[in-house]
Formats: sequence, structure tokens, C-alpha cells
Amino acid sequence: MLTVFLTNCRIIDPYNHKDEIGSIYIKDGKIEGVGPDVPEPEQCPKLDLKGKWVSPGLIDIHCHLREPGEEYKETIDTGTMSAVAGGFTTICPMPNTKPPNDCAAITRFILDRARAVDRARVLPIAAITKGQKGEEITEFGDLISNGAVAFSDDGVPVKRANVMRLALEYSLNFDCVIISHSEELELAGNGVINEGKMSILLGLRGIPNAAEDIFVYRDIRLAETTNGRLHIAHVSTKEAVKIIREAKERGVKVTCETAPHYFSLTEDAVDGYNTLAKMNPPLRTEEDRLAIIEGLKDGTIDCIATDHAPHSILEKECEFERAANGIIGLETALPLGIELVRNGQLSPLKLISLFTKGPSMVLNLDFKGFKVGEIADLVIIDPEREFTVTPESLYSRSHNTPFLGRQLKGRAIATVYHGKCSFDLDGMLSSCERRS
Amino acid sequence: MKHLLGIRQLEREEIEAILRQAEAFKEVLERPIKKVPTLRGKTVVNLFFEPSTRTKLSFEMAAKRLSADTVSISKSMSSIEKGEDLIDTVKNIKAMKTDCFVIRHPATGAAHMIARYTGCPVINAGDGINEHPTQALLDCFTIKEHFGGFKGLRIAILGDIFHSRVAHSDIMALKKLGAECVVAGPGTMLPPHIEVLGAKVEYSVKKAVKGADCIICLRIQRERQGGIPLFPSVREYANFFGLYPEVLEFAKEQAVIMHPGPINRGVELDPQLADSSRSLILDQVTAGVAVRMAVLMMLLSARETL
Ligand SMILES: [Zn+2]
Repeated sequence: MLTVFLTNCRIIDPYNHKDEIGSIYIKDGKIEGVGPDVPEPEQCPKLDLKGKWVSPGLIDIHCHLREPGEEYKETIDTGTMSAVAGGFTTICPMPNTKPPNDCAAITRFILDRARAVDRARVLPIAAITKGQKGEEITEFGDLISNGAVAFSDDGVPVKRANVMRLALEYSLNFDCVIISHSEELELAGNGVINEGKMSILLGLRGIPNAAEDIFVYRDIRLAETTNGRLHIAHVSTKEAVKIIREAKERGVKVTCETAPHYFSLTEDAVDGYNTLAKMNPPLRTEEDRLAIIEGLKDGTIDCIATDHAPHSILEKECEFERAANGIIGLETALPLGIELVRNGQLSPLKLISLFTKGPSMVLNLDFKGFKVGEIADLVIIDPEREFTVTPESLYSRSHNTPFLGRQLKGRAIATVYHGKCSFDLDGMLSSCERRS
Repeated sequence: MKHLLGIRQLEREEIEAILRQAEAFKEVLERPIKKVPTLRGKTVVNLFFEPSTRTKLSFEMAAKRLSADTVSISKSMSSIEKGEDLIDTVKNIKAMKTDCFVIRHPATGAAHMIARYTGCPVINAGDGINEHPTQALLDCFTIKEHFGGFKGLRIAILGDIFHSRVAHSDIMALKKLGAECVVAGPGTMLPPHIEVLGAKVEYSVKKAVKGADCIICLRIQRERQGGIPLFPSVREYANFFGLYPEVLEFAKEQAVIMHPGPINRGVELDPQLADSSRSLILDQVTAGVAVRMAVLMMLLSARETL
């Protein structure tokens, strides 16, 4: 367990609405003191973290770990390594594994693997419908009893409105959130990128914003009808932000997330048939990008999720139309978020809140932030640290990211999960750890 | 110019250079011995993953007129669906020491992909719904031969603009050369944001044709539409979107008609008009060989000087 006195750090704790310079005393993995005037303990390793941020461990409520089924892309082992390298101590894998996580046996398998690795908290999201086929809802009760934290058919929308309605109604019994992958499939058609300037210039079939907007409205309307809790995954359009904002104003129980690529990139990134920028929903226009940032600022968007979607080179080095959707994101999310801070669009506290308290509230998690007596769960961030994204620099098993070759600024330099150091870029914490 | 992937990647000067070179080759085609030794010893591989007798023949003819050897591979869609790896196939062929790939493929960007993964020059002979640059170049060649230039010309393109790579390439090429371009067709076949390419959109064919110097009719490809039909019937299409004498009335008196072929006679184009003195359709076919000779020569001899 870790014993260390972190001092001179900027403590950013959205759970307790604090952003102050102070110290954190961790003893045997537990927080013994936190704040501006914690006395320095005797005979304790001390780390001066001047200029660094210390935040509760980040939470990603939307990622893909590919195990079971596609271990050549990612495993729970490599995926959690990628997570802690990105500052995340809690991650929620989506159920579209092979087979999909639609029954307690699979949920248990994932949890067992995660426990064996013991590097980060893995909270599985189970499928809404059996086999993610959109027909019959899964055993919500049994799945929750076995460790599932929410339900989603991510990867595919629940096509039939009545099935979505049933799921929202049934969720009331278990007070769980239903996560919507909002995509009107017929409108999306054979589209592979945003319908707009680039779809014309590249001669690729486009997906109109309306494909997302219509579905967002449908599910919000169903949440309103049922009083169920709805969460919209990977919001990418201006209109969707507006629909969600209005629904929140009239009291609908709806939350949503966006992913870093939707506030960092536009459709221009696919030029040259760059399959590394192919994803679903597709990268949109500058207007949409700015609306997403606006939604983050005004609280319409509750959290930033990575939608970490590993794919091997086999799925990406092919004709654009055949290439798989998705990019990895666990290790680039924080630096891309910090870019918003540097641009003056978000305060550090707001940004960290989108990565911690925001997702925690969506999932009703019982996290308290930095409190004396709690097990240490935190990340040390150097907002000035620069690094170049290269295949060698990534911990994920896959390297499918449009940020390859880009220099990013700001990153997690150490991550503490469950009182132990699970990532230590410069080896600064290793001397403070005592195995017990 | 290392590859010919699309008109989008070409500068105006490059297009003009190709047209000039094609002019010289057209003259060769008029000679009793229609062959020059320019590409002797070179091997051009035609990779056609989509059926197209005309384009394939035209490329083969062009290569042979330049004394190059040609190999043609036609693959049906089914073998691609079986998971045949395009990059791998091409790398294997390249390992047999070939000099140039001409590729037609149902997936947009396929030619770009091959260009990225092999060092060989690549000519895009049509990719998905994206581009068909040599068709656009031969259309421009035909227009230039007829009118002498492009300045002040109004060109109307009629039909399925959405699925037509010819339309996409034509618009970009004509725009770069200084002509005005207007498109018309059923609303379902006019892609949103087409104005990005520099074309004006008209919903009335008569309006589009009004004052036009040249009208390019596109082939209706019902097989490309999949699922829901994009227009109610062939009869309705012919009545409202085809080029017939009463529509042609609206164009300039000397206006000419073009068509990338093969024509659905009586659908997009009146059968008699297709054969009339105003039709440049066969000139386009001749221009095709000359333009493709020009492109092959420019790509392959440019490599020589490296
Ligand atoms: Zn999704």
C-alpha cells in the first residue's frame, strides 16, 4: 500500500467543489489528511507536486475492452493499463463483446478478469436486449445483482420504440440508467462519414445529423412517458445538444455524454480516406463542434466519455467503406480535455468534474472524492507535460487513433487505484509503496 | 503527377497539360499505323472489380497504342465479399514487376488506398460513387475540341448526380477550367451540399438547360439504387428528366449533347437526338483513347526521369 505526503499540489475535487493548493497525506493506501494545512507527517516520503493537479481518479462510462471475443484488439488487462495511463481508475465496458454481455455469466467473467488484473475498477454495462438484437429485454435484476451498473445496446440502436419503452419502464424497478445509442438506421443508410462538405468531396455516402437528432428526441420522449432514467451516448450534433438542453429544462430525467473527438476534430479529419478518423457517429462540422463545447460549458452535457474502441490494423487498413468504426481514446481524452482549459473554454474544476463527478452522478456511484478515511483513488496530472502520440507511446493493444503523430500537452503522470500505484510514468511513486 | 486518383487532386495546369498531350495522341490515332513506341517494355495492369466493357477496352487500347503490355483482371463482387484482401492482391501483382495499375472498384477510395500501399502509379477508373477522372478529362477534351475553350460555357448535367462519379469529376474539372456548371435531376438524386463542388442546382430540367452550350446526360443506373427506388417509374423519369427535343429547345441553338454511355435510349435521352448531328457521343469515345494514352504516358514517363 502507498504511503506518501503529496504537497504543494493543486487539489481539484469536484465532489467537494474544491480547487485549492494543498497537501494530501496518504498512509497505507488511505487518505489521512487533505487540504491547505495538513501538517507534514514524520518519516514519510514526500513529493513536491508544484504545478501539478491531483484529482480523484477519472471515470469513463463508455469504453470497449473487446474481451471476451476479440482479444487481439484489446483485453481487460491491456485495456485497464491504457485506462490508468490515461488517468482513469474506473471504466465501464460496453456489452458489445463476442458473445455480448447480456447475461450474468458474462458480467461475472468480466469482473473476474478485472479482479485478477486488479489495476482499475471495471463496472460492466450490460445489454438492454438479449443478444443486442433489439427484441427481448435482458434480466436487469440478475445482471445488476451480479455487478452490471447500467444497460445499453451500444453499437446498435434499439430499433423498436416499444422495446425501448419496455426497457425504460422495467428500469424503474432497479433504479438503473438506460444508455441510448441514438441512430436512426434507415436514415444513416450506408453512410460512412458525416453528410456534408466532405461526403461530397470524397464521394462517400453521408450520415445526416438528423439520423442522430430524431433518435435522441424519440428516446427522450419515451423517458418522459415512462419516467425512466435515460443517458444519451456520444452526442455529436448541434441539434441533439439543443434537444437535450430543452428536455432537461422541462425536467426529463436525461443525461448525456460526448467524446473528446467531437470537441477536438471535425469531418475534415477523414480527408484522404483516413480510416483512423472513421467512427460512428461520424465527426461533424465546426458548427457542431462548437455546440458540443457550449453544451459542456453550460452543463447540458454531463460528462466526457472516451468511447475507446480498439481495432487492429486489419480492420483499418482497407477500403474506407469496409473499415471498422471507432478510435481508441483512454490515453488521449485527458490531454484533449486540457486543451479546452488552455483555450479558456473550461475551468480545470469543470473539466475534472466532467471526468469524475459527472459520470459518477449518471451511474449513481457512491464516490465521495477526497475524504479522510477513504481509500486513495486519484490521479496526478501534469498540465504542461508534452508528449507525441505514437504506437510505442500507447498502452492499448490497438493504435487506431487519428491523433497519431500529434503532439499533445497535459497528461496523467501517476494513477493510484485502491490505495496502490497502478501507473507511474516517471517512477516517482514507486519508492513510496510498501507491499503488504 | 504521380497518380491520377481524381480531378480533386489535380491543378488546372495539370488538366490542361493532359488535354494538350491528348491532342497529340489523337493525331496518332488518325494515322494508318496507330502505334508509338513510347511505353515499350512497360506493363499496365487493369484491375476491374466492377463490370465495364467500355472503359476497360478504352484503357487497353490506349496502353497498346503506346506499345505497353497489358494484363486485365476482372473480379466479380462476390470474391471481394469472400474477404479477398485488395492490398495483398495488388502487392502480389506488383511483385511481378508491373508498372501501373488502372483500377475500377465499387468502394470509394479504393484507388487511393492502392496508391498509398504500393509505389506504383495508379489510375482511378472509377471508385464507388466518388470519381471517374479519365471520363471527365475526355469530356473536357471533347468540349475543348468542339468549342475551342471553356470560358463562358454553360454546361448542364442531367440525371443521377448522387450516384454518378462521372458527374462529380465533370463538375470539378469544368469548374477548374472555367466553365459554368448546372445540375438537374430528381431531388432524390441531387446530393445535399453538391454546391461544394461548384455546381448550381436546378430542380427543373428546362431551367438547367436554359442557355446551355452543352448538355451531359447521365445513364440511369437502377442497379445502383438498392432498397427504395429513387424515382417512381422510368416513364415518369423520361417525361420529366430526360433530354427530348422539346427540352433541348431551351438550350442555345448550337448546343451539343454528350453522354458517358452506354445510353438507355428513350429514357435519359431521345433516341434520335443521340444519333443527331448535335451529338458528340462518338467523339467522346475517340477522345477516351487519346486522353488515356496521355495519362498513361505522363504517369509512366514521369517515373522514368526520377
Ligand atoms: Zn454507440
